Amino acid sequence: MDFKSSDTIPGPRTEDHLPHTAEAAVKIVIVGGFGVGKTTMVGSVSEIKPLTTEETMTQAGVGVDDNYGSETKTATTVAMDFGRISITEQLVLYLFGTPGQERFWFLWNGLFEGALGAVVLVDTRRLEVSFDVMGRLEERGVPFVVAVNTFPDGPRHSIDDLRTALDLSEDIPIVECDARRRASSRDVLMTLLQFLHSLAVEKAPV
Amino acid sequence: MTPPQRRRRYPKATPEPTPQPAKEGQNPPEGPKKNPERLYVITGPDGAERSELDLVTLIVAHADPPPSATPEQAALLRLCTAPLSVAELSAYLSLPFSVVTVLLTELLTAELVTARAPIIRQALADRSLLEAVMHGLQKL
Repeated sequence: MDFKSSDTIPGPRTEDHLPHTAEAAVKIVIVGGFGVGKTTMVGSVSEIKPLTTEETMTQAGVGVDDNYGSETKTATTVAMDFGRISITEQLVLYLFGTPGQERFWFLWNGLFEGALGAVVLVDTRRLEVSFDVMGRLEERGVPFVVAVNTFPDGPRHSIDDLRTALDLSEDIPIVECDARRRASSRDVLMTLLQFLHSLAVEKAPV
Repeated sequence: MTPPQRRRRYPKATPEPTPQPAKEGQNPPEGPKKNPERLYVITGPDGAERSELDLVTLIVAHADPPPSATPEQAALLRLCTAPLSVAELSAYLSLPFSVVTVLLTELLTAELVTARAPIIRQALADRSLLEAVMHGLQKL
């Protein structure tokens, strides 16, 4: 028996199907404040048009963030954009762009806990919005790199000044990027992977 | 011009807060585009165990939708004839992630789909995995 409603659900385009050999996926989180360019970065490297998954936040989470203002709201829908890169016939990488506020972190099962690592995308016009995010990543032991999305009207700081301001140790990479450009966003991901690799080599038993 | 200054935090020994499971008995969210009452009806009996499904668990359908399948289940089964992540299913079905996990739990129990678990971060990362990802990124 067929139901009309299920025939109208849009699915992936044929070229967006993963091969049947796809065995497992890994994920990387791109985290930053509103408007810093998370979705732009996801979109510039993704092989599929970025998609949006939603989660509903019930009363418990509402009121934590005064941005919402409305205390009478009983539920809030939170959206998260993501993209995908096929690595091999067996392995798929997913990229999730998520806002930095802590309350979003627990909406999606294991979003950060299982991620290989994170990219903290910062805007030099609002550097301080990234402080809390970095703090939480440090507390939870999620490895991250910092990518400075360069906006033409943003103040320019040297990497050294940024490192001091962000109180990051020498080993944590800080790179400038243009999230609109595929190659630039790819290089940011590569920087994260190289950093993760160096951590793995460091920790490996001799 | 000096940038604003952050103070570094250090890892804490305290356990991480566990995610709050969505309360299925609660009133559905209000929204202009959706039909939420129905979603909570199709999620089955309250208190059913949910499978441990990650955003990037890959789901593959094994069978055509049985006649007993709800429209949502049938749609879901048609979507994952090729492997598809739970996040993508949520996006294409326009259903919240938690609702999709409930639907999938039923389909997993009925053995209509299988789940391919993601590779999650380990204390000691798998270097060959990282190298494979780097190699894949280089081709972009």
